[in-house]
Amino acid sequence: MENIIKFEFVNKSCNENLARIVAAAFASQLDPTCEERSEIKTAISEAVTNAIIHGYEDSIGMVRLDGRIVGNTVEFIVSDKGCGIADIHQAMEPLYTGKPELERSGLGFTIMESFMDKIEVKSKPGMGTSVKMKKVISVHKNSQCMSQAEA
Amino acid sequence: MEIKLLGDKRTVLVRIMQELDHHTAAEIRKKTDAKIKSSNAVNIIFDFSSVEFMDSSGIGLIMGRYKMAKILGGKVVIYGAGKQIQRIIEMSGIDRIVKLCATYDEAIEAL
Repeated sequence: MENIIKFEFVNKSCNENLARIVAAAFASQLDPTCEERSEIKTAISEAVTNAIIHGYEDSIGMVRLDGRIVGNTVEFIVSDKGCGIADIHQAMEPLYTGKPELERSGLGFTIMESFMDKIEVKSKPGMGTSVKMKKVISVHKNSQCMSQAEA
Repeated sequence: MEIKLLGDKRTVLVRIMQELDHHTAAEIRKKTDAKIKSSNAVNIIFDFSSVEFMDSSGIGLIMGRYKMAKILGGKVVIYGAGKQIQRIIEMSGIDRIVKLCATYDEAIEAL
């Protein structure tokens, strides 16, 4: 199976919910378990929140979610064309946050790394950031996540 | 969300009913803090039994309220968190400073 989506939205926090629902609905084509589905929703929520909070500071910009299914692997790229990250290594350290005043926990990348199988961050100051995440969806399982009404 | 003052327990009870992310955390934070400041409350109980999704923004929200309660000499207690939420709470380590309970009665007991 092979499939592709492209979804773009303005960096408003009310779109965080929409982005993770789009990602979970796309991944549902691979019939994930409830746990896998919730891991995808959480990882996407973290990446999109980072793009919204850090990507453009106080200005308006677009955040993009690209999704791709190849075989039983789902891959997402969350990207912005914002200010970029000067030190990716530091940004990915557990509990590091560039915005402590906003009560950010600094756990975003830790969650993305634990909930997805592979994560790759590319960034250039002034050019933007992209976070690529891959997850292999298990094929044999007993209880599948029934496609519930999204809300 | 619903927010209630349990005056005799000096506690604010916050029932979260939406998905807890960066967007919704802002409103919960604002209303909880306003209730604490305008009352004699020192403790906060979060009812998570209706929350189906939480990301790390929820951890930031709980940590921020913990700092506030600590200054006031109170506690933060959480009850009714489902599997997905418990996993993120345990990953963050905040279960060492905030008590996790199964039911409302246990949460009241834990104050």
